[in-house]
Amino acid sequence: MIQMLEELKPMLAKYKGERGVLIPVLQDIQEKYKYIPPDSVAVISKELRIPVTKINGVITFYAQFRSEPVGKYIVRICNGTACFVNNSESISDTLKEALKIDVDETTEDKLFTLEKVACLGCCSLAPVIMINDKVFGKLDSTKVKKIIEKYKKEQPDE
Amino acid sequence: MNNIKRIKVGMASCGLAAGAQEIYDILSADLGDKLEGTGCIGMCFREPLIEIEFTDGRNLTIGDVDPERARLLAEKLTTEIPEEWIIYDTASKEFAKQPYFSKQHKIALRNSGIINPESIEEYLEKDGYEGLKKALKMPGDDLCQLILDSGLRGRGGAGFPTGLKWKFARRSQNDQKYIICNADEGDPGAFMDRSLLEGDPHAVLEGMVIGGCAIGATMGYIYVRAEYPLAIERLEKALIQAREKCFIGKNIFGSSFDFDLEIKKGAGAFVCGEETALMHSIEGDRGMPTLKPPFPAESGLWGKPSNINNVETLANIPWIVFYGADKYAAIGTEDSKGTKVFALTGKVKYSGTVEVPMGSTLREIIFDISGGIKNDKQFKAVQIGGPSGGCLPESLLDTVVEYKALNATGAIMGSGGMVVMDEETCMVDVAKYFLNFTVEESCGKCTFCRIGTRRMYEILDRISRGEGKMSDLDELEKLGHQVKNGSLCGLGQTAPNPVITSLKYFRDEYVAHIEGKKCPAGVCKELILFTIDEEKCTGCTLCARNCPVDAISGEVKKLHLIDQEACIKCGKCYDVCRFDAVIKE
Repeated sequence: MIQMLEELKPMLAKYKGERGVLIPVLQDIQEKYKYIPPDSVAVISKELRIPVTKINGVITFYAQFRSEPVGKYIVRICNGTACFVNNSESISDTLKEALKIDVDETTEDKLFTLEKVACLGCCSLAPVIMINDKVFGKLDSTKVKKIIEKYKKEQPDE
Repeated sequence: MNNIKRIKVGMASCGLAAGAQEIYDILSADLGDKLEGTGCIGMCFREPLIEIEFTDGRNLTIGDVDPERARLLAEKLTTEIPEEWIIYDTASKEFAKQPYFSKQHKIALRNSGIINPESIEEYLEKDGYEGLKKALKMPGDDLCQLILDSGLRGRGGAGFPTGLKWKFARRSQNDQKYIICNADEGDPGAFMDRSLLEGDPHAVLEGMVIGGCAIGATMGYIYVRAEYPLAIERLEKALIQAREKCFIGKNIFGSSFDFDLEIKKGAGAFVCGEETALMHSIEGDRGMPTLKPPFPAESGLWGKPSNINNVETLANIPWIVFYGADKYAAIGTEDSKGTKVFALTGKVKYSGTVEVPMGSTLREIIFDISGGIKNDKQFKAVQIGGPSGGCLPESLLDTVVEYKALNATGAIMGSGGMVVMDEETCMVDVAKYFLNFTVEESCGKCTFCRIGTRRMYEILDRISRGEGKMSDLDELEKLGHQVKNGSLCGLGQTAPNPVITSLKYFRDEYVAHIEGKKCPAGVCKELILFTIDEEKCTGCTLCARNCPVDAISGEVKKLHLIDQEACIKCGKCYDVCRFDAVIKE
C-alpha cells in the first residue's frame, strides 16, 4: 500500500482538484499495470477523495477495466457482427484450444490472456483478432494456429 | 518519376491491419519525399491501397498492394503499371461510370482518403475552416436556422433535426454551455465514424466550433471509444494544429468568440452512446441513462445546457455552412436531406464505407455499389442499425434509404452499419447474437431491459437447440413489446428490434427450428449432423488429423467415419475436406 502510494502520487498529482477525472485516472493506472491493482483503489480514494464504493462501481461498470493481472500478450477476439457472420466462433474455439484457456483467463506461463471484445471496427477484414496492438484479419483456424505458435516462441515479428 | 506529384498510402485502421505500414516502408526507400499517408479511401476490400497523383492532374488508385507489388511498383513507376492492378484512373472515363463511383456522393467523407489527415495545410487547401470563418460573421440564430433549413438530421440514428436541437440549446440561458461530439461508435459492425475521425479529423473539429458558436458554448468534449487508438491519436494531433492556427482557443479569427476542446476516452460501455449516459461518463460516473426531461439542452453535463451531436452530423456542418443550406437540401428526399454514410460488411463482395444520397435503395447500395454477395451465394437479409435495428429480407430491398421509409419496415436508419447475410446465415442465430449483446451491455437500471432481454435470449437459445415450442414465438413478441415499453433509454427501447423483425420476415426459419428440428442454414450446432459421403471419401486422413476431439476414425485410403457421440459439430472436417466428402445437414 505504501509502495503503491509512492508510485502513484506523481501520476495523481495532476488530477487533484479537477472534476470528472476518475475514468482517466483508472485508464492511466491500467496503462501502467495492465490491470487495476486492488491497492491502487485505496490510494485513489485517499488522494482524490473519492469513495472506494464509487471507484469500484466504475471499475465494474466499464468493460475496459480489469481487476486481475494479465499475460504478456492480450489476445482479443472480435465479436462484432461482421466477424460473427464470418464465423468468429470457430476462431474463438481454435484459440481456446490452442491456448488451453477460456475467455477472460490467462495461461499458466502468464504469456496469454484471452478476451472477447464487442467490435474492433476492422469489419472488412473479418474475422479479426488483435494481439496487444496488432490486428490480424481474414483469419481461419490454420492461420490463427500459426500466429499463436509464433507468439509462443516470442518472436512475433519474424 | 518526375511526373509524379505525390503518392498516398491508405493508413486507416483497416489499411494498417492489412499491412499498409510495410508497404509504406518499402516505398519510402525510393520515394520517401513524395510519399504520405492518408485516411480511409473506402475500398476496404482491396486494402492495402495506394494512390498516385501525377503532375498533370491524373490520379491512379492501385489495390491489393502486397510487399511484392510494392517493390515492383517502386521500379515500374517510370514505365507501365499493369492494368489489373488499377482500381481507378481519372484519365479514363470508364471508371467513373462504374456504379461503385457513380452512385456515391461524398459530403461527410469529402476529404477522407484524399488529404493527409495529419496535415492541417491540406485540410485548408480544401476550403477547411472557411465554414467557420463564415459562421463567425453570422448571428447565432441565423446559424441555427441555416442548419434547420438544410434539413440535416442527427446521423447517430434517431434522426432529430440538428438545427432544432441547436435552437433549443441556444435558447437556454446560462453562463456556461457545452457542445459534445458523440464518437462512442458502439454498434458492432459499424465503423463509419472511425473512418471519418481517422481520415478527416479537422472536419469534425470545425463542425464542433461552428456548433459552439451557434448555441453559445465555449467548451466542447469529444467522447471517443478507447478501442479506436488511431482515431484518438489523429484527433489529438488535429487539436494541437488547430490551436496553433488559433481556430480553437481565444478570439477565433479575430472575433470575440472563445472556444476550447477536450478529448475524453470512453471505457467500453455500449450504453454510453445514449446522451445522458455519455454525459455521466464524462463526469466520471457509471454511464447510466437518466430520465428526460430535463433534456440536455436545459440541464446536461454538470447541470449545464449541453448539446450532443454525432461525428457524421458534425462533419457535414462545415460543408453546409460554406456551400449553403439550399445546396444540401437539394440532395435526398422530402423526408431526409443530404447523404448518409454506411459501413458495408458481412457477405458482401466489396466491403468498406460508402456515402450515398438519401433516397438510394438498399438494392443499389448492396448490389450496384457493393457488388452483391460473395462467392455467388444467395442473398438472405441485410441487418441495418446494429443491435437497435432490424433484419430486412430480399422483398424489401427496394426500400429507399430515409428515416421514414426505414422505420416503416421495423428496422431503423441507425448510425450506418449494414451487415449483409447470405443463405449460410441463420436468422435465429443472428437474433440470438444481438440479444446476447444487449444482455451484456444493458446497464441494469430498468427491469425489462435487464431481465426481459435475458428471458428473450433464453427462449432463442432454446429454439436454436431444437427445444423450442410454437408458443415461444408469441412469448417472444409479447416480451419484445414489454421491453420496448418498459425501458428508459434507446438501448432497451430498441433491443427487441432484431428479434421482432426477424420473426416478422423470417418466421418460417423459426418454425423449421421448432417443428422440423432443423437449422436450414446449417449453423445451429445441436440441429446439424456431419457425415462422410462413401463415394467421395478418398481416405486422405485430413479430416481425422484436424478433428480436435478425435471423433473421426479410418485408415489411410479407406472410408472414414464420424463418431456422432463424440462429435462436437465444430465443422473443421467440413472446412478442410478437399473432396466435398463431408456432408452437413
